[in-house]
Amino acid sequence: MSDSESTGPERPKAIVVGHGEFSAGLVSAVGQICGLADKLVVLSNTGMAPGDIEAAIRSELARTGARVIFTDLPGGSGTIAARRIAKENRDLVLVTGVNLATLLDFVFSAAGSPEEAARSAAERGKASLIVIERG
Amino acid sequence: MAIQLYRIDDRLIHGQVVVGWGQPHNIRFLVLVDDLVAASDWEKELYRMAIPPEMEIYFADVETAIRDHPRYANDPRPGILITGDIESMLRLVKGVKAIGSVNLGGIHHRAGRAEKLRYVFLTPEEEVQLHALEASGVEVTAQDVPSARSRPLAEVLEGEAK
Repeated sequence: MSDSESTGPERPKAIVVGHGEFSAGLVSAVGQICGLADKLVVLSNTGMAPGDIEAAIRSELARTGARVIFTDLPGGSGTIAARRIAKENRDLVLVTGVNLATLLDFVFSAAGSPEEAARSAAERGKASLIVIERG
Repeated sequence: MAIQLYRIDDRLIHGQVVVGWGQPHNIRFLVLVDDLVAASDWEKELYRMAIPPEMEIYFADVETAIRDHPRYANDPRPGILITGDIESMLRLVKGVKAIGSVNLGGIHHRAGRAEKLRYVFLTPEEEVQLHALEASGVEVTAQDVPSARSRPLAEVLEGEAK
């Protein structure tokens, strides 16, 4: 791949926020499948007050420079916190309902902008939800 | 009874409410009682977007919630009423006089609060407010999700280490 530099061990590109061990599990699976778990930062909202979730996300954004946040549930406290941050950071991209197919597409993306990469990944994630018919 | 659960939860609308309680109880409306949220269109929109399409949400400050409580209580659909703090629920209970039980669903750590359960941290003032709730004839229990054991207030105040 010609852009191997962009998929090497460099700064994370996104923060994955979820309930319990959801984020850790997804990111672990990304690592197992393609070795690019270092593109993602894991954040669990378990046991955290709303202000603490928001502070933790802000801290990881500042530390990593990531411009994309993936969350698990549209109505989850991680999403609520991320939306508060996105309100004042117009260049942040928030994607909710994340799944493994979404993250795999994202970590391999060669898109020109974080928003493009996130949109493409979200489409891939949606397309991966399939009811397999009998027969 | 239209309102299935009166809950104190500092996260207000979130996964445990919408999915954890909402699905098994077939919840069709939420009443979010919070003075700050009720005064902000942006905050209301934030929480409106967090609920699934089959649910309706009402926003009210405490005074409005006291006035409109008969409408929520007579709604034929099952609902949940949520406040973000104990003080708001205490004001509501004093104004409504028809609330039989209150659920502690999530009061998280902050300076001055001591851990009682992994999801309930209280200041001494909040403990006094909870006793006042019980003195008003309200049963106070802690239970984050329906599958967890409901813990009476006395047990909560003793703390989990006991």
